[in-house]
Amino acid sequence: MALSGVEIFKLLPKTNCKKCGYPTCLAFAMKLAQRQASIDLCPDVSEEAKRVLGEASAPPVRPVTFGVGDRAVKMGEETVLFRHDKKFVNPCAFAVEIMDTLSEDDIAKICWQVLESEIDRVGQKLRIDAIMISNVSGDAGRFETAAKAVAANAAGVPVILSATDPRAAEAAVKPFADKKAVIYGANALNAEAMAAIAKANKASLGIAATSLDELAELTEKIKGFGVEDIVMDSGARKAKDIIEHNTLIRRAAIKKGVKSVGYPVINFMQRQDSLLEGLVASVGIAKYASIIVMSSVEKWKSLALFTLRQNIFTDPQVPMQVEQKIYNIGEPAAESPLFITTNFSLTYFIVSGEIENSKVASRLAVMDCEGLSVLTAWAAGKFTASKIAQFIQESGVEKDVPNKELIIPGYVAILSGSVEEKLPGWKITVGPREANAIPAFLRAR
Amino acid sequence: MAFTAPKETYSGKVYSVTIGTGDSAVTFGGENVLPFHAFEGITPSRPVIAVEIQDVAPADWPETVRKPYEAVSNDPVAWAKFCQDELKARAVALRLVGTHPDRENRSPEDAVRTVRDVLAAIRVPLIILGSNHAEKDSAVLIAVAEAAKDRNCIIGKAQEANYKTIAAAAMANNHKLIAMSELDINLSKQLNILISQMGFEKERIITDPMCSALGYGLEYTYSVMERIRLAALTQNDTTMQQPLLGDVGMYVWKVKETSAAEADLPHWGALEERGIAWEAETASALLIAGAELLIMRHPRAIRAVETLIDELV
Ligand code: B12
Ligand code: SF4
Repeated sequence: MALSGVEIFKLLPKTNCKKCGYPTCLAFAMKLAQRQASIDLCPDVSEEAKRVLGEASAPPVRPVTFGVGDRAVKMGEETVLFRHDKKFVNPCAFAVEIMDTLSEDDIAKICWQVLESEIDRVGQKLRIDAIMISNVSGDAGRFETAAKAVAANAAGVPVILSATDPRAAEAAVKPFADKKAVIYGANALNAEAMAAIAKANKASLGIAATSLDELAELTEKIKGFGVEDIVMDSGARKAKDIIEHNTLIRRAAIKKGVKSVGYPVINFMQRQDSLLEGLVASVGIAKYASIIVMSSVEKWKSLALFTLRQNIFTDPQVPMQVEQKIYNIGEPAAESPLFITTNFSLTYFIVSGEIENSKVASRLAVMDCEGLSVLTAWAAGKFTASKIAQFIQESGVEKDVPNKELIIPGYVAILSGSVEEKLPGWKITVGPREANAIPAFLRAR
Repeated sequence: MAFTAPKETYSGKVYSVTIGTGDSAVTFGGENVLPFHAFEGITPSRPVIAVEIQDVAPADWPETVRKPYEAVSNDPVAWAKFCQDELKARAVALRLVGTHPDRENRSPEDAVRTVRDVLAAIRVPLIILGSNHAEKDSAVLIAVAEAAKDRNCIIGKAQEANYKTIAAAAMANNHKLIAMSELDINLSKQLNILISQMGFEKERIITDPMCSALGYGLEYTYSVMERIRLAALTQNDTTMQQPLLGDVGMYVWKVKETSAAEADLPHWGALEERGIAWEAETASALLIAGAELLIMRHPRAIRAVETLIDELV
């Protein structure tokens, strides 16, 4: 929690010596409170004051990085409870569980599914981010073998090692030393040993608590052992408890500045029924999970969850948008069709995708409508005949399309006459309403 | 160090709304906390899912969701009974799409016949929806509201353009009313105010802030619902305390993800599962945002969401 100027003032030497460049300690304290100065400017401040100030200015949910390289996932750093207040910062990671009782073939198969899970949606690459290897056998040797199989088959994918036996954790972490893995399963009995292993292997430590009280105690204890990169499991498994615990944790961290729960949350969603598992996962996506562990990867489930995560984590103030310009699809020639649409990312990617499907090289004129969809932009007066005419004229596309035909979205058919009026010499053609009818529309021409 | 749970109490409360009659009546709303926050307040009723049927055969629904109703969907009465008896629906939502001038253009009298027959066949509460043609809906909904008199139905949807006639019809025949606006908290508040200024009790309104499908504007519906709920609870704003409707099925089953073949898009996975998941995920997100009443189509999506609700309450 940020400190007030007066609270900071109490921590300063109060000599008004001016060495910091400010006339008084109080003036300096006020600047610090507004984050417009750094405490380093005061040469006489005590170490204790520095520590208190440092802690107070740290983000309420500690940033923790999971994995390394281009598959690394950033977690934490959240600042609000509701997405309409401000963009949620770091989208949650999806992880799939691999039990160490599985055969090598089955392990390889799941690794392959994870690697294959990546899809493109509205210009973002989305995927199953991580694998959790769990020591359900209770045997350290099997756990190590499974870990090696995952390291070999899914190189670069961040992993969670789930075990309560420190010897098992130590054996399995070897292939992932320095890879920012999560070692999950620290409890009251094994905390010290698990913390030592996490430290030695530059891993984060996952706490396995059974209540919020125990969770807060364990984070403090583990911090005492010198581990700061922590992820927290409060023990919630039922959807009801997940909402309750995750909400109380996020509130405590953000609104009350409670440091002992200021870490990313890991939730376990495994269910027999994959559809239900996906629904419990949706609770975690909306309500503050940083890692969501599931039991299986199915493409249909991944697509739905990726999309929901994208929806929840977009910026509520600025719709996702693409640059205004004439996009070439394939290698258009002089007689290739010219389409127009708005610059809302979703609209652009749907329309360009369908034009690609049609396999007819085309030009797509994308007009800046502040990221609004076709009908919304039309209703808001941003996709009007005169603005379309002006954009087409200024774009210079005229010299590339000698037959001067412009295809407009079917939903704004009403604009065709007025655009024709404002673009002398052009022929305006009304395209289909839904983009998925574009291939048939082009075939019929 | 023990953890002090930062619980919150709110000054406002969502109205509790009962629809239907006798043993089959259902109640939703009534909570004085954010969705599923039973740990800090009261949550007397679980959300209700109404199963959607329509007055004409659903030729325009994708195959995945047409199939489960194939044997009954030519006849709204058989369809409604199937939902009640086989699917154990707690409520049925009858959409009179066939009255739309661009479709079968059925008359208000046709609509009345359908509504009468359906009401005679089922006990569970009925939600009666127009075709979303502002003018035609006025005529159709006035007629069916009267035909359904005293069955305590929900009539919808009243919009800015036609709320006066529809609200008057719902009021005269003792029904509840859906008030729909377009994804804007202020418009939603304004419509509720206009309707209550006509003398329609605000405790009988259900707010539809307008739905959208996963991946197609869901984030807007989600945030408008969250903001309405917060206004209801933290500001005790009586024009925002109506239960919220998520009209999920009709938005979900027209997006590409619920109809494109796996052969064309192998990386999207199995079509049937994908469509069902799309409807269920949209519904669960809206429940978390604040919806107390959902209108859905696919039996498996509905069952999965009911199971999720079992876990949430
Ligand atoms: C989400 C949404 C919003 C969001 C904005 C989202 C955004 N970034 O655009 C918000 C909440 C901000 C909003 C605001 C408004 N909205 Co609005 N909104 C919607 C909603 C629910 C979805 C829009 C969407 O994302 N569609 C998806 C995209 C991909 O669709 P699209 O761009 O049209 O593209 C499709 C086709 O047009 C086609 N296509 C696109 N380009 C091209 C090009 C060619 C050549 C071809 C052939 C085809 C083609 O392909 C796409 C897929 O098939 C719709 C209702 C609905 N469910 O459709 C209402 C809707 C568009 N909104 C509407 C209105 C009225 C408004 C407001 C004016 C409301 C108000 N009074 O405040 C404001 C205006 C905004 C402003 N003042 O800034 C109306 C428009 C009515 C009309 N017929 O004109 C709609 C239809 C709602 C309704 N009445 O049913 N809205
Ligand atoms: S340098 Fe330190 S002690 Fe001197 S005036 Fe600034 S804050 Fe006060």
